[in-house]
Amino acid sequence: MATESRDYTEATETDRELTMSRAMVEAIAWEMRENEEVFYMGEDVADYGGIFSSTTGLLDEFGRDRVMDVPISETAYLGAAVGAAQAGMRPIAELMFVDFFGVAMDQIYNNMAKNTYMSGGSFSVPMVLTTAVGGTYNDAGQHSQTLYGTFAHLPGMKVVVPSTAYDAKGLMHSAIRDDDPVVYMFHKRLMGLGWMPSPSGPKTGVPKDDYTIPFGEADVKRPGDDVTVVTLGLHVHRAMEAAEQLDDDGIDAEVIDLRTLVPLDTETVLDSVRKTGKLLVVDEDYQSFGVTGEIIARAAEGALDDLSAVKRLAIPDVPIPYARSLEDEVNPGTDDIAAAVRELHE
Amino acid sequence: MVSVTDLQTMYEQMVTARHYEERLVDEYLVGKQPAFDISAGPIPGELHLAAGHEASGAGVCMHLRDDDTVTAPHRPHHIAIAKGVDLKRMTAEIFGRKTGLCRGKGGHMHLFDPDVNFACSGIIAQGCPPAVGAAMAAKKRNTDAVAVAFLGEGAIDQGGFLESLNLAAVHDLPVVFVVEDNDWAISMPKDRVTDVQNGAQRAAGFDLPGVRIDSDDATAVYEAAGEAVMRARDGNGPTLIEVQVHRRMGHFMGDAEAYRPEADIDRAKQRDSIERLAEDLRSHGVTDDELDEIRERAHERVEEAISWAKEQPEPAPEEAYENVFTNPPAQAATDGGSATDAPDDAGETGGDN
Ligand SMILES: Cc1ncc(C[n+]2csc(CCOP(=O)(O)OP(=O)(O)O)c2C)c(N)n1
Ligand SMILES: [Mg+2]
Repeated sequence: MATESRDYTEATETDRELTMSRAMVEAIAWEMRENEEVFYMGEDVADYGGIFSSTTGLLDEFGRDRVMDVPISETAYLGAAVGAAQAGMRPIAELMFVDFFGVAMDQIYNNMAKNTYMSGGSFSVPMVLTTAVGGTYNDAGQHSQTLYGTFAHLPGMKVVVPSTAYDAKGLMHSAIRDDDPVVYMFHKRLMGLGWMPSPSGPKTGVPKDDYTIPFGEADVKRPGDDVTVVTLGLHVHRAMEAAEQLDDDGIDAEVIDLRTLVPLDTETVLDSVRKTGKLLVVDEDYQSFGVTGEIIARAAEGALDDLSAVKRLAIPDVPIPYARSLEDEVNPGTDDIAAAVRELHE
Repeated sequence: MVSVTDLQTMYEQMVTARHYEERLVDEYLVGKQPAFDISAGPIPGELHLAAGHEASGAGVCMHLRDDDTVTAPHRPHHIAIAKGVDLKRMTAEIFGRKTGLCRGKGGHMHLFDPDVNFACSGIIAQGCPPAVGAAMAAKKRNTDAVAVAFLGEGAIDQGGFLESLNLAAVHDLPVVFVVEDNDWAISMPKDRVTDVQNGAQRAAGFDLPGVRIDSDDATAVYEAAGEAVMRARDGNGPTLIEVQVHRRMGHFMGDAEAYRPEADIDRAKQRDSIERLAEDLRSHGVTDDELDEIRERAHERVEEAISWAKEQPEPAPEEAYENVFTNPPAQAATDGGSATDAPDDAGETGGDN
């Protein structure tokens, strides 16, 4: 479903379907084979292969020098990645859950994100910070956030959020080759884990060879004339499902997957809004001062005259609660998206 | 010297905690078999069980009163039980129910019970600074209350722990840090992440006493903790204790432990602090019948808590919006409603009129 409308002009279509986890690891392994300077560090990334299978099999192929288990000292090892990157290596450092950024934020936003600028461009920080994001498995407020807006808000980091295996691989190649720090946020629910089943969308065909997906190119997952739905991560799949339902009722929604927040593909959003005149933004991050507000602001700045109605769905400014009934209430669901599109369409 | 009554109390805490974890295994797996799906079944989220850690919780908390503060990490059940957290409401919380300790908002890694001054953090070592704060409050108010922060051996490499040691030491605060060394931090063995075999050595760098208990022995923990708590109560400052415990189960439920040698799993199961304490009790003349009685009582208490919890209502969805603040701003329209939803008598909280 998710890949139907996609036009892969260059990349070879393939029957080989991979989970997002396998696709992500394939890109990392390819880059590690090509470039001695690439290495991976994080907690439980060696023998365990990453709590969310972000490094499965890498230890066997590359050994402990290049696939490093590190102490639970995020400040030290994320900061060490910054230092190694400034020394010219290409480290990938994993923050097990994005929620743990708190114990190491200084290294992330004062060093990793700013050293290029504050050195007047004399230093580069070519590292990738990989991190698991998102809710839907009821682990409560310290283990369920996406924090998309937090990272995108602070200048100096590129922010990448794949929603399919195809994108996960191409964006990872781009991330490792990029000369700037890239925060690569993978949604737990999309990884294709046996113990946390994914929706059907993220498992896609993935070419064996390497390929890059440029940052700043949103993907129109489903063209439509009536309402524009802009989203990312898990909610791409919820929006696609909602769009199918709406289609039965004769409402034609266009679904846009942002894929990267920094840089942000404003043009694709504006083109769509100019066509539909109606904009819904769906985000799994907190509502206020975040992604939804930013997209709507850009739409207003760039296409105010074309806009007739705007809506947003996001976590309503409460921490993510534990009980299923509570988490479901605050995390926008397929039905919430369909209802919001219907309202806009009226 | 520890009295036989105290040994019996510890034994009861420990068998309660062990049985609790074993029963939670059954309850957690309901709906999650044969294929393990973390989103299925009656207990939400991850579940980190503390079977094998009981001696530490029981031996330390024997010395604590309700007005003493305890902070626990992501593996908190045995500590909560020993501190006297309400078992029914704790269980209801783990099941995500409305009458749970945290109204279904916190879950098993985030248990809070103000009645016995118990709190958790799911972030590694982050219970340490608040424990230091509780000790600071006790010192400022001139009470003789103390605070205890529990953490895993994987947490001793974290800034929040090391900074807390220093702050507690320099201000002579009544706090005890208890490191539960179960040899593993998820899949990472201790010697992969620190060159220090004995975590209590961390104390030396901050000039406070550090004690290690090698034996997974409740009596030894009781004695070391007794000294540390007394030192704190008497205004003589903090202590760091590391206790050897064992992880009898996976890091969390569903962990296949592929990284862990069979022999290590077997060893962890053989070194059973509960059996060891039962032996001690027998040598003090406690009969097998009496031990059975304690066990039965503990099992009944656990069953009662679990049945009660399962009968409790789920929270209503709209409760998700409550408790963000103690004094909710009158104008907050955070439920996605427009500003016009706000009451127009916003002045009520304004203070000026
Ligand atoms: C700052 C931070 N980093 C990583 C984690 C993920 N995490 C949860 S438990 C754990 C291992 C903890 O090991 P240890 O402290 O020894 O406690 P144990 O689980 O063995 O009881 C890790 C890495 C976290 N919760 N917080
Ligand atoms: Mg441990």
